[in-house]
Amino acid sequence: MKKFLSGNEAFAEGIRLARPQVISAYPITPQTIVVERLSEMVEDGSLEAEYVHVESEHSAMSCAIGASAAGARAFTATSSQGLLYMAECLYYASGGRFPIVMMNADRSTALPWNIYGDQRDSLSQLDSGWIQAYAENAQEALDLALMSYKIAENKDVSTPYMANLDGFVLTHTYETVDIPEREQADKFLPPYETDNRIDFENPKNMAFSAGPDTNYIFKFKEHEGVLAARKVINETEKEFAEIFGRKYTGLIENYLTDDADYVIVTLGSIAGLCRETADKLREQGIKAGVVRIRYMRPFPNDEIADVLRNVKAYAVLEKDISFGNEGTVFTNVNSALKKSGINVKGYNFIGGLGGRNISASDIEQIYSDIANGTEIVNFIGIGGGNNG
Amino acid sequence: MANKTAESISRDEFFYGHKACAGCGGSLAVRAALKVLGPNAVSVLPAGCMSAVGFNFPQLCFSNNSIISTFAGTASMLTGVEAGLRARGYKDFTAVGFAGDGGTADIGIQALSGAIDRNDNIIYICYDNEAYMNTGIQKSGLTPFGAKTTTTPAGKNIHGNIRPKKNMFEIAAAHDIPYAATASIGNLPDFIKKVQKASQIQGTKYIHVIAPCPTGWGVAPDETVAIAKEVVESGLWYLAEYENGTFRLNYKPKEFSSVEAYLRKQGRFKHLTDEDIKIIEASRDKKWEYINKNFEL
Repeated sequence: MKKFLSGNEAFAEGIRLARPQVISAYPITPQTIVVERLSEMVEDGSLEAEYVHVESEHSAMSCAIGASAAGARAFTATSSQGLLYMAECLYYASGGRFPIVMMNADRSTALPWNIYGDQRDSLSQLDSGWIQAYAENAQEALDLALMSYKIAENKDVSTPYMANLDGFVLTHTYETVDIPEREQADKFLPPYETDNRIDFENPKNMAFSAGPDTNYIFKFKEHEGVLAARKVINETEKEFAEIFGRKYTGLIENYLTDDADYVIVTLGSIAGLCRETADKLREQGIKAGVVRIRYMRPFPNDEIADVLRNVKAYAVLEKDISFGNEGTVFTNVNSALKKSGINVKGYNFIGGLGGRNISASDIEQIYSDIANGTEIVNFIGIGGGNNG
Repeated sequence: MANKTAESISRDEFFYGHKACAGCGGSLAVRAALKVLGPNAVSVLPAGCMSAVGFNFPQLCFSNNSIISTFAGTASMLTGVEAGLRARGYKDFTAVGFAGDGGTADIGIQALSGAIDRNDNIIYICYDNEAYMNTGIQKSGLTPFGAKTTTTPAGKNIHGNIRPKKNMFEIAAAHDIPYAATASIGNLPDFIKKVQKASQIQGTKYIHVIAPCPTGWGVAPDETVAIAKEVVESGLWYLAEYENGTFRLNYKPKEFSSVEAYLRKQGRFKHLTDEDIKIIEASRDKKWEYINKNFEL
C-alpha cells in the first residue's frame, strides 16, 4: 500500500508492523509525531501494545529495559537533549544485551538552543554499545524500523538498535512510501524469543555487578555482539529484498565509486544532494562519487577501505564536530583506511550544524577543494583550520 | 490468601548469602518483604546497598527474579517489567522495588512520581537508613535534622544536617495513591501486614520502612531492631497508612520515650547540644499535632 508520509510517520508505520509490546513515550521535537501516531495506533487497536506515558527520557529507556528484561519487544523514540538525558540508560541497555529499538530524530544539542537537525546527538553516543543506522529517506526509515528488531534480536547480536533520522529534513518531509502488508511483515519478523529474560521457572538475577576479573569478558562479548551485526544486517536485508522487493546495500551505499577520483563520504539525508552533484560533475568529466554510510556501528571498516582504496582524494562531510579535534565520522573513516594500510588524501567538511543549509554549490566546492587540496578540517561557509 | 504474620510467612529464603553488614536493617526489610510476596515477586533494586551486597557475579543472592536498575530508575524499570510481563500474558506476579532513601527521595523521586501518576501496578518499598550508606554515609533528602554524615560534618559552626527529612509518605499520598504506608523494621509484624495488604491492591503502592544502618548510625549491630523500635516510641517516626483518601495512624505511643535518649545512643547525634535536641522535640510535637488532627486512629 502506498501512502504519502513524513519520515516520522513512515517510521511509526514500520513500528506498527514490528508489533512492539511495550512503548515508552516522552515527547521532544522533532520526534513527537512518531509517539503521537503510535498512540493513535494503540487507541484504534491496530497496534496491540502497552503505551506508557513516562515522565522523562531517562525513564523512557529505563522502562524499555524493564520491558525487555521481561522478554517483551520494546520501543521508544527520542532526540537531542532527550538522548543525552537518557545516556546512562543507553549503556545499560547494551550492557544488559537488551535488543530495544529506538528512533532518534537527529537534532542539534544545546547550547545555544536549537531544534534543527545535525548529528551531534547520536554521534556523541557511538561508544554506548548500540547499533547505529542512519536513514536517508522515509522509505528507508520505514524499512529500517521493520528490519531493526530482526537484527537486534538475533541471538548472536542481542544489541539495542538506534535508527537515526535527520531532524525536520527527514522527520518532517513527506514522500510517497510503500507500506508492506501485515501478513508479509509477520512472516519476516516473528515474535521476540529470548532466554535473556525474567523466567518464573528458572529465576534470574539480572543486570548484576561484575568485578575486574569478569567485567571485561562481558565487555568483550558485547563487542562481539555489535560486530556480529555486520553479517546479520546483510542476511536480514537479503531476506527483506526477497519478501518486499526493496534492496539495501549493507553498512554503506556506494554511488559512482567504481572509477571515482574524488569521493564524498557522508551519512543521512544530505547524500541525495551529493549524488546529484556527482552526476553534474560527471557531465563535466570529473570522476565524482559518493559513499553513504548507513551504519556507524558496527563501523564499515572493510567496506570503506575497499571503496576509497584507489581514489585520489576523499572528503568526509558530516553534521558533527568533536570539539578540539575533528568530525567523529572523519576520525572513524581515517581509522578504517589506516587499518588497511591505505594512504589517500582525506579532508573533513563540517556543515549543517544547528540545521544550517548545505547547498549544492557547497558540495560542488567540496569536490573542487579536495581535488586542489585544502585545509584538513573545514567548516563549510566559515573556513578551514588545521586539527592540531 | 490468608493474612501473613511473622509466624506464618514462608520458611523459604529469597535473599540469602549476601554480604550486607552485620545488623543491616535494609536487608531485613528486603528479606521479610520477599517472604511475604513469594517466588513470583520480581524485585527491582537500584544502585545502592542491597544491590551492592546481593548481585556480585557469580555470587547472586536472590532466588526470585531480580534485577538492578539505574540509580534513578527503580520506578521506571518496575513500570517496564510490569508492563512487559503483562504484555507477555503473565498475571500471577508482583513487581516490587526496594530502593534506599537517596534512591527514593532524591534521584529517584521523578520516576516514582511518574509511576504513581500512571497508577502502575507495582509495590515500591523505600528502605530508609537516612543517608547514602553504600557510598559512605553522605547526606540524603531523608537524613534527619542534626545528623552527622560525611558531607554534613558536625563542627562548631554547623551541627550536622541542617534540614529535616522530606516527608515521602505524604508526598506519595498527595498523588492520591491507592495505598501508602510507613513502617519500621522494629515492628516486623506491622511491616509484613502492610506488604501483604499492598500485594492485594491494584495500582501503585508505596511503603516507607525505617531500616537503621548500624554503620551509619553509630550503633552496635545487635541494636538495629531496638533502635528501630525506639524511633517509633519516641515519636520521631510513626506507623501509618494512607488509603481511599484517608490517613490512618496504626500505633500511638501512650507516652513518648525520651528523644534525648534515642539520639544520645547514636554516634551520628553525639554532638547535638541541648538546644538542638529541643528543636527536634519541638518539630516532633508539631508533627504529632498535625497527625492527631488529620489522621484517623
